[in-house]
Amino acid sequence: MQTVKMVVTGPFSAGKTQFIRSVSEIDVVSTERKISAEAEKIKATTTVAMDFGRISIDDDLVLFLFGTPGQKRFDFMWEILSEGMLGFVVIVDSTRPETFREARSILETFRAYAPTPYIVAANKQDLPDAWDVEDMRYALRLDEKVKLLPCVARDKESVKNILLELLYAILEELEQSKD
Amino acid sequence: MALKGNLRDFTITQILNLINLARKTGTLVVEGPGGVAQVVFREGKLAYAQIGEEDNSLAAVLHRSKKINPAQYRILKERANQVSDKELGLVLINAGYITQQEVINALQQYFSSVVRRLFTWAEGIFHFDNDAQPPPDRISVKVSLENLIIEGSRQLREWAQLQEEIPSLDMALKFADRPGTNLKNIQLSVEEWRVVSYIHPKNSMRQIAQTTKMNDLEIRRVVYSLLQAGLVEIIRPAAPAAQPPVALPMVNKTTQKSLVQRLINRIRTL
Repeated sequence: MQTVKMVVTGPFSAGKTQFIRSVSEIDVVSTERKISAEAEKIKATTTVAMDFGRISIDDDLVLFLFGTPGQKRFDFMWEILSEGMLGFVVIVDSTRPETFREARSILETFRAYAPTPYIVAANKQDLPDAWDVEDMRYALRLDEKVKLLPCVARDKESVKNILLELLYAILEELEQSKD
Repeated sequence: MALKGNLRDFTITQILNLINLARKTGTLVVEGPGGVAQVVFREGKLAYAQIGEEDNSLAAVLHRSKKINPAQYRILKERANQVSDKELGLVLINAGYITQQEVINALQQYFSSVVRRLFTWAEGIFHFDNDAQPPPDRISVKVSLENLIIEGSRQLREWAQLQEEIPSLDMALKFADRPGTNLKNIQLSVEEWRVVSYIHPKNSMRQIAQTTKMNDLEIRRVVYSLLQAGLVEIIRPAAPAAQPPVALPMVNKTTQKSLVQRLINRIRTL
């Protein structure tokens, strides 16, 4: 059995766990704990080690989705999770501009770990406070070439679209690379 | 869709840059330490600005820019209660008191000065209202934002340089290994002495800042000067581990592409 993996990263409460949950064929193996820090009490629990989702591709190929912990103090896990990844998705909460700088920093960190293709997903686009995707591109200082796509992590089709775009980017890079 | 946030996370320079690049039209409302500022933009250009209760009428702006004297200002203020800024401007131009260009220049300088004041606001919230326009009786102008952004960026540059030199306050300091250097012979400021007295490999810069009641900028300034003088060194964390292994199996490109295509086909059918 061959396995490949993609990493889903982003700031605290961006929607990484929900993103994986929407497409995983198994219940996401989550390492959520109750939030202790007062400043981070936006939600009741958070991922402290990783989330783990799985999609069976065919009889002998499985795709694993690893979600990183969003809180900074668990960032020692990031490098471990990024090892051997096919590509990564950076989830950004479109309604919380205060997290954009951190998202940018996480993006740079993962790019440094491995030069694999990546996608930036502007999550929670269904909420009224969501920033416009193009405004987010300026705010996140993303080059026009970087794929920044609207996303609603609770919506399976939306998550599928993000994963497909990442796979297209991987395919494109393979086609451009030398043998 | 909403364009709103906090100045701690999103500086005025960044907001202006966004408005400029996206050629936005609307009103930026900033609630900060200096009150509420409303800055109107048309297609990414500064059109009008109001800060707090400050008088931004044409008469007040011309008085501030010394285009009219205090006596003229008093007369115009009385008259301004009956006519709009636009009408007042026309009267002044037609009477030959001032040229149209001088009116525009004075307003441009005043509105730009309002934006410059916003650069000093580190705290506050903002939102951008796509529909709000300047009051209809006021004269609006057209100021390119590039120069203002550059000015704002200069103010931020010091902070950025310090951050580059000292990326994290969670690192500790140690005295540089320079035999013969006697601190007693070096003239340090009070702030520098306060920091020096806490330098120890076990004390992070953040802890020193908390103890000496300095903010992030102040501690960085002091540490930077001590670094430049060669008196201290930063104890940096160990280098990260080597690059991880490659993602795709080390087979030929056709096999790799086939694998990715299988992934695509499966995801499509989910």
